[in-house]
Amino acid sequence: MGVEGIGARVVRKEDKRFITGKGRYVDDIKLLGMTHAHFIRSPHAHAKVKGIDSSAALKMPGVVAVLTGQQIVDDKVGNLICGWAITSKDGSPMKMGAWPAMAPETVRFVGQAVAVVIADSKNLARDAAEAVVVNYEELPAVADMQAAIKAGAPQLHPEAPGNQVYDWVIGDEGATDAAFAKAANVVKLDVTNNRLAPNAMEPRAAIADYDAAEEHFTLYTTSQNPHVARLVLSAFYNIAPEHKLRVIAPDVGGGFGSKIFIYPEEMVALWASKKIGRPVKWTGDRTEAFLTDAHGRDHVTHAEMAFDANNKITGLKVKTYANFGAYMSLFSSSVPTYLYATLLSGQYNIPAIHAEVVGVYTNTTPVDAYRGAGRPEASYLIERLMETAARQLKVDPAQLRRTNFITQFPHQTPVIMAYDTGDFNASLDAAMKAIDYAGFPARKAKAKADGKLRGIGVSCYIEACGIAPSKAVGSLGAGVGLWESAEVRVNPVGTIEILTGSHSHGQGHETTFCQLVAERLGVPISQVSIVHGDTDKVQFGMGTYGSRSAAVGLTAILKAMEKMESKAKKIAAHALEASEADIVIENGEFKVTGTDKAIALPMVALAAYTAHNLPDGMEPGLKESAFYDPTNFTFPAGTYICELEVDPGTGKTSFVDFVAADDFGRLINPMIVEGQVHGGLVQGIGQALLEHAIYDANGQPVTASFMDYAMPRADDVPSFNLSHTTTLCPGNPLGIKGCGEAGAIGASAAVINAITDAIGKNNLEMPATPDRVWRTIHAA
Amino acid sequence: MYQTTYHRASSVDEAASLFAKGSESKFLAGGQTLLPVMKQRLASPSDVIDLGKIKELQGVELSGDTLIIKAATIYYDIMTNADVKKAIPAISYLTSVLGDPAVRYRGTIGGSIANNDPAADFPAALLALGATVKTNKRSISAEDFFQGLFTTALEDGEIITAVSFPVPAKAGYEKMRHPASRFALTGVFVAQSKSGEVRVAATGASQSGVMRVPAIEAALKANWSPAAIDGVTISANGLLADIHGTAEYRANLIKVMAQRAVAAAR
Repeated sequence: MGVEGIGARVVRKEDKRFITGKGRYVDDIKLLGMTHAHFIRSPHAHAKVKGIDSSAALKMPGVVAVLTGQQIVDDKVGNLICGWAITSKDGSPMKMGAWPAMAPETVRFVGQAVAVVIADSKNLARDAAEAVVVNYEELPAVADMQAAIKAGAPQLHPEAPGNQVYDWVIGDEGATDAAFAKAANVVKLDVTNNRLAPNAMEPRAAIADYDAAEEHFTLYTTSQNPHVARLVLSAFYNIAPEHKLRVIAPDVGGGFGSKIFIYPEEMVALWASKKIGRPVKWTGDRTEAFLTDAHGRDHVTHAEMAFDANNKITGLKVKTYANFGAYMSLFSSSVPTYLYATLLSGQYNIPAIHAEVVGVYTNTTPVDAYRGAGRPEASYLIERLMETAARQLKVDPAQLRRTNFITQFPHQTPVIMAYDTGDFNASLDAAMKAIDYAGFPARKAKAKADGKLRGIGVSCYIEACGIAPSKAVGSLGAGVGLWESAEVRVNPVGTIEILTGSHSHGQGHETTFCQLVAERLGVPISQVSIVHGDTDKVQFGMGTYGSRSAAVGLTAILKAMEKMESKAKKIAAHALEASEADIVIENGEFKVTGTDKAIALPMVALAAYTAHNLPDGMEPGLKESAFYDPTNFTFPAGTYICELEVDPGTGKTSFVDFVAADDFGRLINPMIVEGQVHGGLVQGIGQALLEHAIYDANGQPVTASFMDYAMPRADDVPSFNLSHTTTLCPGNPLGIKGCGEAGAIGASAAVINAITDAIGKNNLEMPATPDRVWRTIHAA
Repeated sequence: MYQTTYHRASSVDEAASLFAKGSESKFLAGGQTLLPVMKQRLASPSDVIDLGKIKELQGVELSGDTLIIKAATIYYDIMTNADVKKAIPAISYLTSVLGDPAVRYRGTIGGSIANNDPAADFPAALLALGATVKTNKRSISAEDFFQGLFTTALEDGEIITAVSFPVPAKAGYEKMRHPASRFALTGVFVAQSKSGEVRVAATGASQSGVMRVPAIEAALKANWSPAAIDGVTISANGLLADIHGTAEYRANLIKVMAQRAVAAAR
């Protein structure tokens, strides 16, 4: 490893612009003649739109247009799609309710747009929006999914009787029933996985610019995957053919999944820009973020685990209800199915698993992938079950896990996934040592003497990342492949541009991706730049989510680098009159091994572009591209242990220690990895203790501002004690597994296991607010 | 935000006269409530009169047994003031747990009590300490000043100039912070005056705003100690209930926070 190569703690290149306020976000962009959009959103969770009177608004100063849902439908802009087809157990396809970008007839959640005002300024648009009169006929609404599936509940979509999206199953029901019939012990648990609002720091925004002469659109948008946005806008929403639509995702301030999806506001901005002949900008505010960014989680689950007399797990049965909100968002269908139930084996040998997932429509904001996406729900369930089992079976929770760990790899689980490698004992050992697990009983006794209830909670998570092998996901219903592309351009002076289909919205790609180049060529990272987020620059890409950028995106860069290096070696060998096989690359030079003959990279590059003296038949230039499609998911795993104290008087939780022992395979930049783990852990702790997107029975959001929705702050979380136990991923040449989601996947179970240990009661829902913990302590 | 006309007053008299000229004037102190409400278009004052730069509304004075905090003094300056720490350290502590650093650098004592949010911290301190609110027109006892949710004795256009606190023998404040807003989910201020009078005020708990807690006052009058409150029962009737705390929980918090405030009282 060089000072800037793989494994080096290189300071992030991009932070200079971010921390000096020089980032360029969508809202920073101003175009000549730009107009501003303000959406008129339903205040009702369920209503008929009987009429929209915009006559007064159209007379107001600076108002360019008021456009409605009926107009966008009339203009044949396509309904929003869900890109992953799921089939119910009876063989029927999932039931998609039609979702136009603005509602022409029926609104189904608070915040759904019915019209948009376009004006010369944001404030004028807002003023005019108040003059638009929308006549609604309120309909009965249902926000709770258990209520939604009952007979007689208000119905959302004619396409989906009983508000059911699908009833999907996985695993061998017969084998699972047989395991339960023979079980020595059965452990049962009901858990709720609370709904979360993502709250990226930068709200969503879009600018659409239609060029009538070229019949060409440019869309600036807060996207994690601009190429996918272009594909969907082009192929499904009838905006424009791909070569007439450029999508740019410049600096993006966090996504956590919520910016994967193509939202109605981008569609409306594009459509409106063509209609009015001027650029249209929309920047969401925080209220709109709460109301319209796809939410995360929201499961209710009953699970049972069967054990034999030796405390070995013999079977697992799971029934989950998943709330999809009012419409099926872009990848929502896959989250509680293939991203959730396929991880139900956890880190354990479980011979038989059967899971059933019922998807439900409710009059709430649509739910889709949010950091972890299905895997946090699976990990939380399994790790709460393991803790519950240890208490019921009266064995040490760490030992119960050890008894059931998978230790032979590869390991085929009964729920599709084939784990390639791992060492679960190593991470458990590291975490137990870091927190002094053996010394806990003494610490608990001391805390008790001080009037505090101390608890310890273990969580051994596993996730499927590096999303994903295209053939495999295609066979499971995905509408896209999940490979990644890269291009390496060596300029004539030897500087290097890496074009990637991955998208950085906080992850630090501009640094880590350069580190691979530094590692291979021995050039400083200052000579390398990363180009991403623009469909005119990068040919194609699938974007960033599912902890895929290093495992998939960086591997694509490696493949392109190898091609480029191969050609450069030929040029160097030709110039040095040596054999190509004898050329090695060191410190930015191509050397003839065992001699002092060398030619520097800039000279090789220059030779490639002057083309005065290239090997016979070689094309000029030094630019190569590659597509990389992984052969399997990657399987990051680890152990988190949380030690905390509960104040019995108030129910308030205070952290004592939090240790994380992760196996992410090879680390490119350990400092950035630590940042990713810190952020993920905070999100997991936020879910466990603070965050909950709540609706009242009529579908009115109760938590649509930071005054009510509790985001974790620095003083809500402890300092984290991180370590790594590494097994290299055999599935990609760099041995990378991915680190972006782990913290959010593993943390919440550790926290709840610790609180329930502290208070001596097993049933406690998230978020474990002080009120809820206090009531649980004092419940009869 | 709707259009408004901003005025920066340089004296209390000028502020009062500017207020009278506007059709729907509002005074702006630290802006920690008014500005977010205006941004959400839930308030549309014709004129905003900024009191924040008026010199006579700034600062802290300690003379004998009276601590005077001028109305536009920001929380941070109250928190770090040596006279406050010496005379009534519980007030210094209260400001240290009020909101977050951004709020503490902008928010003012006058703005807090004029708004009288049912979960604000300062109303509890005023009520428990038997403070007097000074305005440009009169003096009002804390007891008379706070009149329920977001309601005070202030007349239209009346400006708070200072709060006068009698220095107590002992006082303490403890608060369970609202996890999202950092207001008081429930906060209790306990004080024993130099003449031996005991007053206990709770904020964030009651549907009617800041309130005295007579049962705890009686227990502490008999025996100033946390244990004295052990036997007290607080009814959940009339208490606030929301997603962050049931009425029963708040009833419990009144008792627990009072005990801890007594333990911390100096």
